[in-house]
Amino acid sequence: MSLYYGLITGILFGFLLQRAEVIRYDRQLGALRLTDMTIVKFMLSTVLVGMVGIHLLFDLGLVELDIKAAVLGGNVLGGLVFGLGWAMLGYCPGTSAGALGEGRWDALWGILGMLVGAALYAEAYPALKVTILTWGNLGELTLPQLLGVNHWLLVVLAWVGGIALFRWFERKGL
Amino acid sequence: MAQYKSPKPWNPYLCGGLSGLLIVLSVWVTGKYFGASTSFVRSAGLIEQLFDPERVGLMDYFTKVTPTIDWQWMFVAGIFAGSYLAAKLIGGFKVQAVPDMWQARFGPGVGKRALMAFFGGILALFGARLAGGCPSGHGLSGTLQLSLSGFIALACFFLGGLFMAQIIYGRRGK
Repeated sequence: MSLYYGLITGILFGFLLQRAEVIRYDRQLGALRLTDMTIVKFMLSTVLVGMVGIHLLFDLGLVELDIKAAVLGGNVLGGLVFGLGWAMLGYCPGTSAGALGEGRWDALWGILGMLVGAALYAEAYPALKVTILTWGNLGELTLPQLLGVNHWLLVVLAWVGGIALFRWFERKGL
Repeated sequence: MAQYKSPKPWNPYLCGGLSGLLIVLSVWVTGKYFGASTSFVRSAGLIEQLFDPERVGLMDYFTKVTPTIDWQWMFVAGIFAGSYLAAKLIGGFKVQAVPDMWQARFGPGVGKRALMAFFGGILALFGARLAGGCPSGHGLSGTLQLSLSGFIALACFFLGGLFMAQIIYGRRGK
């Protein structure tokens, strides 16, 4: 059953990604060249809406959070390496599937590369586990825990900051 | 390029917001947050299993991330299908070997684009796994839960990406 939910959720998400054109190479590189903020608008809108819904349901005891551990070594180094590869490929793991779906078959080279990258990571994992992945391990930490504030304060701040950013994008025509 | 007319994209704020609702619904109904990069690990494991199942069975990382088809794998497959449907039903489908922005800068050659996308894919997935997630897992699901690791990873994705986009395309605004 879980597999069907995965498929249906993916289809709906893929539909929205394609309709907003966020799966396009030109849009992704546009963001990284600071000329087109479409994917930032999309991502931030998703986050702002999701943030309210998840925290509301969490407070009602209807959902659980699933926090990934903050490991500075892994998050920072891995994040930077991802970024380098992302700009070369022009798609991220999820959008590469979507790009292929709308006929942009250069995504296929990226998917092949990502499979190789995954295999290489599996080979390197025993060494990484005892080195980079132990550097700065802060555990499953959220910003409200770190700052000692209520999560709704941060949700409100995120909305205020997000809307200010959106207005700036629109004024600049980005 | 001129003979191809792309239909107007939908509003990125609207599509992003709807995706936010989709995540909330997904977590509520199935407990699943969005993510994509782990599925490439599972796929790599499934492929390696065809050649040497014993070795895969003994590998640390494939014990942690077992080579199976799960919710997320179907989700990524769904993104492909959803994008295909949207592109075919509403518009935007185009079989294209080289993105427009790439072609304007590097020409229509498939080989150069293939190499860049392939090696970019390797870095992107290796980095995503080291970081513990990709723009879906960290960038959307992590940040909307106000998770520290999500914000650190997302910032590093963009830092690495901005840097590499500069190297590939030169100073902003061409």
